[in-house]
Order: sequence, then C-alpha cells, then structure tokens
Amino acid sequence: MAQLETELQLLKTEVINMWTLVNSQLSKARTAFLNFDKDLAREVVLKEKRVNGSELKIDRDCENIFALFCPVAIDLRFLLAVLKINSNLERIGDIAEGIAKYVIDAETPFTEELLKVTRILPMYEEAVHMLEDTQSAFEKEDTVLARSVFKKDDFLDSVNKASNKVLETHLATRPEDTAQALWLLSIIRRLERVGDQTKNVAEEIIFYLEAKVLKHKNKFA
Amino acid sequence: MESTIIKSRNFNASFGSNHVVKNVNIDIPRNHIIAVMGPSGCGKTTYLRCINRMHELIPGATSSGEMDLNGEDVYQMHPIFVRLKIGMVFQRPNPFPNLSIYDNVIAGYKLNGIKLPKAERDRIVEQSLTKVALWKEVKDSLNKKGSFLSGGQQQRLCIARTVAMEPEVILFDEPTSALDPISTSTVEELFHELKANYTLIIVTHNMQQAARVSDKTAFFFLGELVEYDETKIMFTNPKDNRTQNYITGRFS
Repeated sequence: MAQLETELQLLKTEVINMWTLVNSQLSKARTAFLNFDKDLAREVVLKEKRVNGSELKIDRDCENIFALFCPVAIDLRFLLAVLKINSNLERIGDIAEGIAKYVIDAETPFTEELLKVTRILPMYEEAVHMLEDTQSAFEKEDTVLARSVFKKDDFLDSVNKASNKVLETHLATRPEDTAQALWLLSIIRRLERVGDQTKNVAEEIIFYLEAKVLKHKNKFA
Repeated sequence: MESTIIKSRNFNASFGSNHVVKNVNIDIPRNHIIAVMGPSGCGKTTYLRCINRMHELIPGATSSGEMDLNGEDVYQMHPIFVRLKIGMVFQRPNPFPNLSIYDNVIAGYKLNGIKLPKAERDRIVEQSLTKVALWKEVKDSLNKKGSFLSGGQQQRLCIARTVAMEPEVILFDEPTSALDPISTSTVEELFHELKANYTLIIVTHNMQQAARVSDKTAFFFLGELVEYDETKIMFTNPKDNRTQNYITGRFS
C-alpha cells in the first residue's frame, strides 16, 4: 500500500473515532436531559475536551498530508471533506456540551407535557439517528445512506418551525412554565443546528465520493 | 473561441510490430500549455515525436492516421519545414558544446543554411534570449561557450535556440527532469510567458508540474489516450479510473 493510502486510512480511522465520540456525547446529553442526570451531564462537559483534542489532531494530520503528499483527485476531495466534517463534528460536540450544561444548571426536570407538545424527544432521537447514519455512510462509502439524512432533516426543521407557536399556546394557560419553555426552545434551536451540520457532513461525503457539490442546491432534484 | 493548432485523428505509431500509440484523437488549442503524462512505456514520448516527425527517424518506426498543423497534414509537408514550425526541447540540456552562446541561439539558421545580416542575427539572439529570460544574465558573455552555463541556464538556452526559429508549437520532452528545483521553477515560469506566443506540449513524469503549469492534461496508458481534459478537472475529478489510479499513485 502506498504511504499516502496508509496515511489516509489512519486519518479515516481517526475521523470515525471522533464521530463515535461525538455521537456518544450527543446521546449521553440526551439521556442526561431525559433522566435529569446531572452526573452524566457533567461527564459530557468533561469529555468535550477530548472532542476538541480530536479536532486539532485531525486538522494537523490533514495539514501534514497536504504538505507532504500533494494529494489529488479523490484523495484531495477526501481531505477537503474531512476538514469540513471535522469542523462540523466539533460544533455538534459543542452543542452536546451546551445541552448538558442546561441539565446541570436546571433546577427541576422538564414537565412531561412540555416535552410532549414541543415534540423535542422525537426530534432529539432523529438528530442522533442522522448523525449515526452519516457516520455509517462515511465508513461504508454509501452515498445513498448519506442522501437519506436530507429527508430526515425536514422533521427537525418542522419541529423547530412549530415550536414558537406551540409554546405560545402552552404558556397562555401555563405561564409558570415560562422559564422551562425558554430553555426547551434554546435546546430545540440547537438540535435544529445539529440537523443542519449533519446535512453539511452528508454533503461532504457525497462531494468526496461522487465529486458533486450539493451545497446551496435542492437536494432532491 | 479557441482555435485548434494540432489535430490528431486515429493516429497510430509503431516500432516494427510493437504498436505503441493506438488510435489517438486529440485537439490541441493554440496558445495553450498541454501536459502529456502517463507511466513509462505508455507512448507519450512517441506521440510527441510523431507531432514533428521525429519518430520516423528511428529505423523500423511507422505511423498512420491524421496529424494536422493548422489544418494541414504534417505528413504531407517537408519534414524540415514541420520541425521549423514545431520545435523541440529535450530532457537534458544539449547546447552545442563547442559553440558560443550567441552561435547556439542562431544554430538553427546556420544548420539550415539560412544566411542573415549581422544586425538581423543580433536582433534574433537578443530577442530569443530575452524571451527565455536569459538575456540579462548572459548579454556580457555571448561569446562564451554555452556549456559554461548552469543546467537551468543551458536548458533556457536550448529553449532560446528553438524560439529563435519562430516556431508555432514547442514540444518539451521532460524538460526539467535534469534540473534542480530552482531552475525547474524558472523554466516553469518561462512556460507561462511563452504561452502568449507559442503552443507548448510538455511530456512530464512530474504530476505536480503538470498540475502547476498546464491548461489541459492528456493521460496516456498502454498506448491509448485514456483521458484529455482541463487540468483542473483531471486533478480534482478525473472521469476514468485509470487516470485516478495513476495520479493518486495507486497503479500496481
């Protein structure tokens, strides 16, 4: 195997490991949020440093491969995609940390009714699935799977879009839930960002494998 | 719209029974730099030498098909005329060792028996050396032997010798493979300047050089022209797997 191929394989493994870590961070933040588990939330906050460390290591490795091997064609696209995927994964890691911090700072668990009317739980579940699907798509070089996340993101967008009105209606009769509603709204906004970032990642997988640029384009055309 | 200067149609070349260039079809646009790359033995140098009929100088070498310069079949022209119009620069700098820098530049005229007045010769020497960015370096030592120059300067002198004949196309066969990185960089910069007046076709093993200097790249493999496209496309999104495998170093 050529040295460049070995380096790219090692880099791919690093990215997959980071992906697994970010997935775990997002899932643990969800469990902490669901169970109001402050210890687990603190664990997520602590592990965020590892996500940052992975990001820096992957950036440095990409820089070295560019400088030493002058990659072209699919290798070049792979590296360009990895740089962007890396950055998106790190931001998703930040979001997991942010959600965990809400759980640490919150005084009481979120009310069942608020969770239900906002549809935040299925939204969160879908966001985690999207991230898992893109990881599989990256590992297996499967652009069909990568494309499937575009559709899933529509659900996240619809929950986000409806959230203002839903909470307005809820607060009209339950004004005492205002503080919790504001926190939930903030988490919904962050999950919507996770959807967008995962979509960006899927676009990068397709760019690397098919040399097609889907950014700012209709994904279903 | 870009006009085609060299056009090959169903072009084949052989050494005896060894068929080394197979059915090549290509249009080379005027005032462009074309890189020709491929593994050793793929036929790229043979194809290059067919363009100005150098191939036929080798015993047993044959060719067939169409090779046009400005729409005229070069195989219907006098070979000397073809080589005046399509000059060539080789891998190793090869100035005539016993000739001065001045005489090296106008060697093409002397060897072809073209007599020119001294003032005209002076003008050609200065203009040609200026075109290859060598004039300032050698203007005070034109009577010194060409072989006293550094490798990079010698290669530029050889390019000046070619340019002096006012060709339309210049063929380069791995022109920097014997040069150090600084001389290589000087010659590469020169390519960009020469492009304004000439069409350059460069056979190179150095893929980064192909990427740096050329407008279009042709990839040859086992005698076939596998892919020919804008260099940017060839190095970011080649269409043929053989091209991709070659440029990413995955050929076994």
